Amino acid sequence: MKNETTAVDSVLMNKYEAMHDELLRPIQKTGLAGKIWIGFLFCVFFAGVFAFYTQETKSKYETISLNNYTMWGIYISNFVFFVALSLVGALMSAVLKLTNFEWYRPLSRIAEVIAVAAIMFAGVGIIVAMGHPERLYFLLTHGRLQSPIIWDIVVIITYFVATSLFLFIPLIPGISQLSNHLKDKPKWQMWMYKKLSLSWRGTPEQWKIVKRCITILAILIIPLGISIHTVTAWLFASTLRAEWNSTNFGAYFIAGAFLLGVAAVIVGTFFFRKYYRFEKYLTDSYFDKMGKMLVFLSGVYFYFNINEYLVPAFKMDSMHSQYLLDEFTGKDAILFWLVFLFGIFVPAILPLFKSMLKPWPLTVIAILVVIAAWFKRYIIVIPGLSHPYLPIQNVPHSWTHYVPSLIECMVVAGIFAAALLFITLFSKFFPIISVWEVAEGDGVSLEKINLLSKKA
Amino acid sequence: MEDEQKNRRNFLKFGFLAAGLTAAGVALNKVASGDEGAEEKVKVLTADGRLAEVAKSKVESSESLSAASKHVRQGIPGRKFIMVIDLTRCKNARKCLEGCQKMHNFLPPVEWLKVKEMQDSELSGKYWFPQLCYQCDNPPCCKVCPVGATFKRSDGIVGIDNERCIGCKFCMAACPYSSRSFNYGNPKQVEYSKNHPLKSCHTMDPNMVGTVSKCDFCPDFGSKGILPACVRSCPNGVIFYGDENEDVVSNGEQVLRLKDLLVNNGGYRQFEVFGTKPRVYYLPPVNRLFPFKPDPVEHNQEE
Repeated sequence: MKNETTAVDSVLMNKYEAMHDELLRPIQKTGLAGKIWIGFLFCVFFAGVFAFYTQETKSKYETISLNNYTMWGIYISNFVFFVALSLVGALMSAVLKLTNFEWYRPLSRIAEVIAVAAIMFAGVGIIVAMGHPERLYFLLTHGRLQSPIIWDIVVIITYFVATSLFLFIPLIPGISQLSNHLKDKPKWQMWMYKKLSLSWRGTPEQWKIVKRCITILAILIIPLGISIHTVTAWLFASTLRAEWNSTNFGAYFIAGAFLLGVAAVIVGTFFFRKYYRFEKYLTDSYFDKMGKMLVFLSGVYFYFNINEYLVPAFKMDSMHSQYLLDEFTGKDAILFWLVFLFGIFVPAILPLFKSMLKPWPLTVIAILVVIAAWFKRYIIVIPGLSHPYLPIQNVPHSWTHYVPSLIECMVVAGIFAAALLFITLFSKFFPIISVWEVAEGDGVSLEKINLLSKKA
Repeated sequence: MEDEQKNRRNFLKFGFLAAGLTAAGVALNKVASGDEGAEEKVKVLTADGRLAEVAKSKVESSESLSAASKHVRQGIPGRKFIMVIDLTRCKNARKCLEGCQKMHNFLPPVEWLKVKEMQDSELSGKYWFPQLCYQCDNPPCCKVCPVGATFKRSDGIVGIDNERCIGCKFCMAACPYSSRSFNYGNPKQVEYSKNHPLKSCHTMDPNMVGTVSKCDFCPDFGSKGILPACVRSCPNGVIFYGDENEDVVSNGEQVLRLKDLLVNNGGYRQFEVFGTKPRVYYLPPVNRLFPFKPDPVEHNQEE
C-alpha cells in the first residue's frame, strides 16, 4: 500500500516538475508573435493617451460628441463594462473555491489577473469622463458620503486592493521558484522576484499564513465584488430617470457581470492555451465546464432581463414607453435585439450541443458574449438619455442623438489596450497557472511542493 | 494665591472695559454712517403689494454675497425666492430666453431657459411651456453631487460652486427636468467671453470650462427688488417672480398675492410625482390670451 502511494506520488511529482518547467517557457522567451502583439498594444495605448491629451487641451465641444442631454457616453458605459469584468475574480476564484469546485485551480490566476486589470482601468475610465480630471482629489478633500459616487470610489479602491492581494499572495510560493530557475534575465527582474517573494522559504508556518490569507480574501472578495457592481448600478438607479429607475438594477448588473466574466475567462484561457502551448494543462474539459457555466449564467441573466424589460413593458406607462418602444421596435431595435441574441440566447442555447463545448466553438461564442456585453452597457447607459421626461426641442441636430467621436473611441481603445497589455505583461513575468494550487488539488503534500521550488 | 486672584480680577476688569469701549466705538461709527445712508432711499415691495421707499440702511445688502464670498452657500437671510409661470399668457415670443442669454452673455445654443411646445394628450390642446431650473426644495442634483459643488441655500436657490465642480455630470443625470448645462468649451463662446465674460449674477461662475451651470434665479436682483432678465424681457408678463415669505410675486406690470394666485388659478408644479418639490409653479393653460400658433421654424439650430 505504501509503495503504491509513493509510486503515484512520484508520477505526480514528475508531472508537476514538467509542468513547472513548461510554465517558465513564456517567461523565459517571447516569440515574434508575442512581440508584435505587445508592440501593437503599446501603439493603441499611446494613441489613446494622445487622444486623451487632445481632448483635454482642445475644446471638448469639438473633441467629444456629448451634449446637455446625452451627458454620459461611451466612457461611462465602458466603465460599467470594466467594473462588470472585474467581478470575474470574485466568481471564478472565490465562489468556486469556497463551494469546493476543484476545477477552478488552473484557471484562478487567469481570472484574477483579468479582474485586477479590469478594476484598475475601470478607475481610469472614470477619470477620462470627468470635466476636471485634475480635481479628482476633491473626492477625498470634499467628498460627500451621501453621494453614490463616493460609495463607488470607496468600494472600487477596496476591491482593487483585495483582488490585487488575491492575485499576489498565491503567487508568493511561485515567485521564489522563478529566481532559481530563470536564466539570462536582467538584474532588476531578478531583484524584483527576490523582493516580491518576501523571503519565502516554504516553512509550515509560512504555508499556514498564505493559506489563511487566501481563505480570508476569498470570503471577503465575494461581498466586495457584489458591492462594487451593485453600487455601480446605483449610480444609475439612484436617479429619477425612467430607463434607470429600477429596483432590479443591482442584481441585473451582477448577473450580467458573472456571464461576462466567464466568457472573458474562456477567451483568456483559449489564448493562453494556444499561444503558450498549455494544452496539456488547460485541457478541453475546462472548456466543457465553463461552457455549461455559460448556459447556467445566461439563464440567470435572462431572468433578470425579463424582470427589467417585461414588467415595465406590460404596464407601458408613458414614462417608460418612450424609450422602451424605441428599443423594442424603434431606432435602437437592431442593436437591442442583436445584444439579446448574442449576449443571452447564443450562450444559453449553443453550448447545449456537445460539439460546441470544444475550445474553438466555445471561444467564438465567448467572444460574441463579450462584444454583446459591451454593447449591452451602451444600451443601458445611452439611448434612454435621449428620451428625457420633457421633450428635446429647439436644439442643434447633434444634440438629439449621440454617436461617439473618434477621440472618444480612441480613448476607449487605449483603455482596452492598456488592460490587455497589463494581462500580457503579467504573463511574461509570472506563471499564468498556479502550479502549487494545481498540485495541491491533486493531493500532493506541501513538503513535496516545496521540493519543486528547491530543484534548480 | 490671593495676589493671583486679584491679578486675574484686574485682568478681567480691564478686558471688559476694553470690550465695552470697542463696542461703543463700533456703535458710534454705525450711527455716523447711518446718518449718511439715511439720505439714500430705495424702493421695496411690501407684503400687501405696495411700493414703498425706505432708507437704504434698513435693507439688507446683498453686495457682500458675491460668488467669491464664503456666504454664497448660505443664501440671503429671510428670503424664499419663488416663481409662477402663467401658461395662459405665453405665446412663444422667446424673449425670456433671449433676455437671459443677453444678460448672462451666453451665446446659443446654450439655453438656461427653454420654451417648449407641449401637449398632454391627443384631445387636449397644445400650449407653450417656458422651463428653467426649478430650484427644487428636495433637489436630486444636490443629493448625488460627490463633492458638494451644488448646494441648496436657505433662500431656496440651488447654487453651483464652479471652483469645486469636478465635472462628473451626475447632477445632470439626476435632474429629471434636464435643466443643467455643461460647459464643453464652445470655441465661439470662449472667444466671445474674452470681452464679455459670462455673468451669473450671484451664485456661480459659468465661465469655467468643464463644469456645470444653470439658471440660478438671479437672487441678487431679487433681493434688490429688481426682477430677473427673463421676467423683464417677457412682453406678455408670463413669468411672476417674488418671495414666498412676503407672499408676493410680480411680473413687472402686476404685483399679486402669491397664495391667491396659486389657489384661485389651480397652480401646480411639473412632475409633482417625483417629490422634488420645485419652487416654480405653473398656472394651467386655460382661457388663453393667445390662440396656439405652431412655430414654423425650429430655433437654435446652429451647432
